[in-house]
Amino acid sequence: MNEIQGTQLIHKYLRHNKKFPHVFCPGCGHGIVLGSLVRSIDALGLAKDDVCIVAGIGCSGRLAVYVDFNTVHTTHGRALTFATGIKMARPEMNVIVVMGDGDSMAIGGNHLIHAARRNIGVTALILNNNIYGMTGGQCSPTTPSGSFSMTSPYGQMEQSFDCVELCRAAKANYVARGSVFHVNELDKMVTEAISNPGFGVVEIMTPCFTQFGRKNKYKSPVEMFNYLKKNVISQERYNDLSESDRDGKIPSGVFVKKSEPGIEEKYYAMARQVQEGI
Amino acid sequence: MPRTKRVKRKEIFALGNEAVAEGALLAGCSFYAGYPITPSSEIMEIMAQRLPSIKQGCFVQMEDEIGGLGAVIGASLAGRKAMTATSGPGISLMQEHIGYGCITETPLVIVNVMRGGPSTGLPTSPAQGDVQQARWGTHGDHSIIVLSASNVQECLNMTIEAFNLAEKYRTPVILLLDEITAHTREKIEIPNPDEYEVFNRIVPTMPPEWYKPYEETVRGVPPMPAIGSGYRFHVTGLTHDVNGFPTSRSDEVRELNERLFRKIDQFLHDVQIVEEISTEDVDVAVIAYGCVARSAELAVKQARDVGVKAGLLKLSTLFPYPRKATEKVMSRAKTIIVPEMNMGQISREVKRVNNGQVSVRTINKVDGQIITPAEIFKVITRV
Ligand SMILES: Cc1ncc(C[n+]2csc(CCOP(=O)(O)OP(=O)(O)O)c2C)c(N)n1
Ligand code: SF4
Repeated sequence: MNEIQGTQLIHKYLRHNKKFPHVFCPGCGHGIVLGSLVRSIDALGLAKDDVCIVAGIGCSGRLAVYVDFNTVHTTHGRALTFATGIKMARPEMNVIVVMGDGDSMAIGGNHLIHAARRNIGVTALILNNNIYGMTGGQCSPTTPSGSFSMTSPYGQMEQSFDCVELCRAAKANYVARGSVFHVNELDKMVTEAISNPGFGVVEIMTPCFTQFGRKNKYKSPVEMFNYLKKNVISQERYNDLSESDRDGKIPSGVFVKKSEPGIEEKYYAMARQVQEGI
Repeated sequence: MPRTKRVKRKEIFALGNEAVAEGALLAGCSFYAGYPITPSSEIMEIMAQRLPSIKQGCFVQMEDEIGGLGAVIGASLAGRKAMTATSGPGISLMQEHIGYGCITETPLVIVNVMRGGPSTGLPTSPAQGDVQQARWGTHGDHSIIVLSASNVQECLNMTIEAFNLAEKYRTPVILLLDEITAHTREKIEIPNPDEYEVFNRIVPTMPPEWYKPYEETVRGVPPMPAIGSGYRFHVTGLTHDVNGFPTSRSDEVRELNERLFRKIDQFLHDVQIVEEISTEDVDVAVIAYGCVARSAELAVKQARDVGVKAGLLKLSTLFPYPRKATEKVMSRAKTIIVPEMNMGQISREVKRVNNGQVSVRTINKVDGQIITPAEIFKVITRV
């Protein structure tokens, strides 16, 4: 894809009647995720009417308002429950959920586990910036131990969640981790997650300079992107590292890929049998 | 006598909760999501059993009540008539989503089979403690419709009514039951399809590019397309403009909030359902709802038998509170008696309407026991 096509593509999907500018800070990774999402939808050739974006609350949740699909901006942590209702009611729709790390793993942790266990046919994009962006930089379940936030001014003491391990254990069909620095890989993962049946999760490492970066001695958003460049490495390379060299490194790639039917498929197959009296 | 032969109604022997499920299906409900809790669980169990056998019928048991109502809202946005049922603690968890349903104007039905409280309280005893919570149980100022039922037949009828009002006014409707009504088994009649109205939400007919999802209409209720039907718009719990996009412009904020009240308040005659029983020449009027209305009906009859001019105003709609109907009985009666299984949640409304004109007596009981006809009779005949 050449440069010009790239910019034109986002125009094809933006809402022109929406009052811009958007809410994201300069250097925020959320816009890159939006780009990736749009490229994936375009690559899959999905009709706008057949796509529903469901977003939680947080900076990440604002993503939905800008794009011309069916979009639902829900409540903090509960996006997956709305998505479950939409997908069960309209199994033919492509339902994509966008959540922050606080959104999906703190307040919405239970829904994440059960969406995975239920294997509902939706795709969850988890925008992990290690912090609560929208509410002003409090620690989140993924804030690394030792780093600083508004509510861990002396350093975070709690351990941080591993989204991939959590979703794998909860039996999601598809689990991947990428970063907004490694955009081509990210596009591939998002595309694959959307087309895979059942519950798919892509954890996306993304920088929040405004809330995380400044408090943790990053000099600029560029420095945060460089951190991702250096530390988000393939799981193969990660596995080859010794225990001590793994510190600070983030394994990426596709961790789980199964093709079990989603709960909606199973449910309607059962309903057909009930209706036919089998 | 009409010449056309009336099709005999089907009769069943049902629990109140079973009648709710039956009414929901008659009203066209095709989606249920929720979390089990006594004394409402039978509704969920029946929906799990019945929904797969109807076209597009869908049931999900969610991980909690927050998820239950979230899924119901999602399904309703996707074009389904959807409901959930719960009891006190579950309703508390649902509150944030009740507000979301109000501001996004999503039709849905929530059944709350009240149990004693606060907290986990008395799981299997009757109470009427959630009345004001049904009215105000979410943050922010909002309008809402709250209905109740006092016998098993009414459980069925009022559930149909709840769906109709939800669809007509694009709003959450709460059906408040008490444990006695929900767990009483009685013979009821299933109305024939031509004997009751089923209202479906109005969908837009204009080209999608003309559609404004939150625009003012004559009724104040904008048409509502299903997700995936070609009308792409933004739904948000944030205060939004007519296009559905977040706004904090005071003129747009005011317009939305006022319309959300107005769309219900200008149709009070349609929303407020009450029944008057021997109130034409009344001296003492009882105002009651739920299982207590049943006790009151017998007490009123017994009082008439001993020569006291007693009557009953039975409230099927609790909110918006039926002010006009209350004023009417007040203009005739010298005394109003409000028996409730709480410390005075509807009597508060009655006193507000009364504003000191007649004497208002309350009977309040919070011991997990029903208010008996004898208890009401005693008060009627003493005043
Ligand atoms: C029930 C509830 N509790 C708290 C909040 C306040 N709140 C809004 S966004 C947010 C955190 C957002 O952080 P995250 O999910 O990581 O997303 P980000 O803003 O970083 O993209 C919180 C706590 C809320 N909106 N609702
Ligand atoms: S606060 Fe952080 S997450 Fe939110 S827009 Fe700014 S950079 Fe992005």
